[in-house]
Amino acid sequence: MATVSLRDICKSFADLEVVKGINLEIEDRSFVVFVGPSGCGKSTLLRLIAGLEEITSGDLLIDGQRVNDVSADKRGLAMVFQSYALYPHMTVADNMSFSLRLAGIDKAGRNQKVIDAARILQLESLLQRKPKELSGGQRQRVAIGRAIVRNPKVFLFDEPLSNLDAGLRVQMRIEIARLHESLNATMIYVTHDQVEAMTLADKIVVLRGGAIEQVGTPLELYRRPRNLFVAAFIGSPSMNLLPAHVKAMSESVVTVALPGAVELDVPVESNNLKPDDSITLGVRPEHLHLSDQGQLRGEVIVVERLGSETYLYVQIDGGKRVTIETRGDNPAQIHDSVAVQIDGRHCHLFDASGEAI
Amino acid sequence: MKQTFFQKLIITLIAWTAAVVIFFPIFWMLLSGFKTEIDAIAAPPLLVFEPTLENYEAAQQRANYMSSAANSVFISVGATLLALAFSIPAAYAMAFFPTRRTRGTLLWMLSTKMLPPVGVLVPVYILYRDLGLLDTRIGLIIIYALMNLPIVVWLLYTFFKDVPKDILEAGRMDGARPRQELFYLLMPLALPGMASTALLSIILCWNEAFWSLNLTTSDASPLTAFIASFSAPEGLFWAKLSAASTMAIAPILIFGWLSQRQLVRGLTFGAVK
Repeated sequence: MATVSLRDICKSFADLEVVKGINLEIEDRSFVVFVGPSGCGKSTLLRLIAGLEEITSGDLLIDGQRVNDVSADKRGLAMVFQSYALYPHMTVADNMSFSLRLAGIDKAGRNQKVIDAARILQLESLLQRKPKELSGGQRQRVAIGRAIVRNPKVFLFDEPLSNLDAGLRVQMRIEIARLHESLNATMIYVTHDQVEAMTLADKIVVLRGGAIEQVGTPLELYRRPRNLFVAAFIGSPSMNLLPAHVKAMSESVVTVALPGAVELDVPVESNNLKPDDSITLGVRPEHLHLSDQGQLRGEVIVVERLGSETYLYVQIDGGKRVTIETRGDNPAQIHDSVAVQIDGRHCHLFDASGEAI
Repeated sequence: MKQTFFQKLIITLIAWTAAVVIFFPIFWMLLSGFKTEIDAIAAPPLLVFEPTLENYEAAQQRANYMSSAANSVFISVGATLLALAFSIPAAYAMAFFPTRRTRGTLLWMLSTKMLPPVGVLVPVYILYRDLGLLDTRIGLIIIYALMNLPIVVWLLYTFFKDVPKDILEAGRMDGARPRQELFYLLMPLALPGMASTALLSIILCWNEAFWSLNLTTSDASPLTAFIASFSAPEGLFWAKLSAASTMAIAPILIFGWLSQRQLVRGLTFGAVK
């Protein structure tokens, strides 16, 4: 059992408030990812949970116990750092058993735990090496191994994959997902990479400017972003956002006018909208199609062929650029004139303040 | 940029000139030590002469070289250990738990090195007299440690700052108390830097003359006082003085030579990454 509760957590450095009243419940055995652009406070939030930074105000509860004043090592957490932070002068085995040694566990007990963790991570043959003799991926596994031997209630990961090259990153991502499955532990993971967030998380917490923008499962965030920031941040390539204004509305349909005198019916509740209100229309690249009947006309300016799919960047009349996901064998060429079909059922509307309608 | 032959020649010449200018006094001292007193003051100076070992013999008879050398070793090492014992915790605190005043404190410590020592000679002398520390090795150890403290703290501070903070934080997550963090993580990681700091401190202590001349008479006299004893009221004995000086600097020269790689590596550590 390990739940983590954050109640109105704030953190200031001198006069600068970097974490602004975070409320969050992290369930037992869940995999929660904090994601956001750099400087959004996600790493600071993790360090507050870890006990490496002092909480300015608010309460942090682990399994219902307030731990604000409990030292880092007594909170029952283990952390994996971005730089791995291995002890360079110690062997892999000593790195992994350092916490046990400090806790006064005898040599036999330490060895057993190290061997168990090494087996999970396939590090058995590397135990007598020093960190500098290991590759990036191996170092990362040692850092995870060091966390595992402590048998923590909660694992904390601070951008653990950002120092690895692309191929290794995908591989380690899978390993971490499997580890979560096999260890059955609560994990909190910080990343600026929304792909990592989408693939690993049970629950994503999107942060901006020290505050939570939205909390939800990956698909909830993808399908129902609460505001423009989340809409643009989640999804790759990101959502197309077009300026528009309200033309007319009924109870469950809003008719919007897009640049180029295009009108579109979007099935959302109109709430407080008035005709002529400025709004933003969002539509994901996979929901735009090339079609002779397409409402938006424009010119292809860039073609990106990834094999299984092709992304077309189209400059539409009226000035905006949109991204369209098509099949890999789409024959479109740069400078082609195309018509883009847009379906109101797949569109999101955001009001002038950026909130989803 | 590729250097022309001419540029290389100029640079080489400048380097050699500087090296010769720096080395010449040492070379002359070495030479004079093997001359007779007459040859040593001959004008014009003699480059070719009949070498003799009589000055070394005389220097040994006149003052006790071995006891001075032992004092130098004991005092230099003792003062260095004492300075490290204070500096390591100080540098640790300043490097990893800085406050708004840390920078100022460091600069202030360094500024004390700019004070001419003679300015505090009288109070220090009176203090030492009253405390019974005059002409004691422990007295010199204390004053040397104090003298080197600012430099040792500064150097250790820069070495400690080069140790990634993450590693110490990982240690903290693993349950290391500050003392364990210091002994198990920081000190092993900063060992090259600490070694070169210690070497530098030993060399500075070995070469120190002002305090040793003023605070010792015989029992605790290190080699610097041993050399000075050859400029006697009866006159200067250049040849014997040179022989004594050669004997005094020989150990530290050999020590410095053997450790120069460590020294240079340590002192440029962090500057060239």
